[in-house]
Amino acid sequence: MLIDARGRACPEPVLMTKRALDSNSQGIEVLVDNITARENIRRFADNLGYQIIVDKKGEDYLLKLFK
Amino acid sequence: MKAKSLVILAGAIVGISAIILTLYGNPANMGFCIACFIRDTAGGLRMHNAGVVQYIRPEIIGLVLGSFIVALAGKEFSPRAGSAPASRFVLGFFMMIGALMFLGCPLRMMLRIGGGDMNAIVGLVGFTAGILAGIGFLNKGFSFKRAYKISKADGYIFPAIQVAMLVLLLGTPALLAFSEEGPGSMHAPVAFALVGGLVVGAAAQKSRFCTAGGIRDAFLLKDLTLLIGFISVILVVLIGNLALGSFHFGFEGQPVAHSDGVWNFLGMALVGLAAVLLGGCPLRQLILSGEGNIDSVITVVGMLIGAAFSHNFGLASSAQGPMFNGQIAVVIGFVAVAAIGFLNLQGRPEKGDA
Repeated sequence: MLIDARGRACPEPVLMTKRALDSNSQGIEVLVDNITARENIRRFADNLGYQIIVDKKGEDYLLKLFK
Repeated sequence: MKAKSLVILAGAIVGISAIILTLYGNPANMGFCIACFIRDTAGGLRMHNAGVVQYIRPEIIGLVLGSFIVALAGKEFSPRAGSAPASRFVLGFFMMIGALMFLGCPLRMMLRIGGGDMNAIVGLVGFTAGILAGIGFLNKGFSFKRAYKISKADGYIFPAIQVAMLVLLLGTPALLAFSEEGPGSMHAPVAFALVGGLVVGAAAQKSRFCTAGGIRDAFLLKDLTLLIGFISVILVVLIGNLALGSFHFGFEGQPVAHSDGVWNFLGMALVGLAAVLLGGCPLRQLILSGEGNIDSVITVVGMLIGAAFSHNFGLASSAQGPMFNGQIAVVIGFVAVAAIGFLNLQGRPEKGDA
């Protein structure tokens, strides 16, 4: 499942990630367009024990969260 | 761990800069105050005629430019706009009304706590209550929806305006208003204030320091990172004030403050609620403006107009206490901000893709 959190103000990208993980606990992908959101989601994923891989897609970042 | 160290460092830089600026002339417990300084700048530009609060504050110029420079260098300068700009204007307006009821933005609230002003603890309780109400809206699905990328050139406008303000301040002071008494007349030398703003702006951009974000994240995400920065500022200022003999514990006779608990609480509650819906406190809005976030620029303009209204219509408190008109304005503010909150509930986003 892919969450598009581009253009969202703080703390929405993290909240969207949280809600998506609630229903897809195995893992999700999140698309963000700024470093603040990328780092906030990385920290959030770390705290929940998820692995995270970051791919740069043009000016955006695709974050892959998985257990 | 890196994020935590960065935010502790940023907090320390904010605290030390605030102590130095106060030492060199800024009003007590007002090394930085985003609301007060935007209000002073509105006065300096003759947008209001309150003689005691008129001075273009170089700290504001520095904060925006510091963020702008560091964002450019770090490839984080990314102009965007289009996330509910008119609503953000209104939230910025009432965030200022709330702050001038209390007499300070959340940052000054922290500096006041570090100076022993217990009225600011009452403000903190109100601020926290406002943030919790804001979290209620977030949990119910509040969203201003997304912003979109816009031309780079548009992002340069607000930093360019800051340069223009500096040119006005240094080059054509005869055009501007300058307080001869009161808080507006008390200020550190321009160079100190400008450098203080630049350094804090840079640190805040790098660390994402946000006075509302700390309490919000602690409750909403159980993430204490930003809250550690919040505590770091208060501790550094507390130590600085104790060392310099400028710590004065109590409620009465505090500098540029009043002791009406109910309205200190309500003023900061309005700020906290508006800040959560906006996604950042007044300081954070300035920092985002420097990064090219035009929605934040609109918010700052809302704050500027709110400050002018505050003093043109007798809304802002003074050391004697709140004004009746200000109390009405704060109540209207709660109604307006809550209405914006309810009107932007997007339905409960079950899968996070609303």
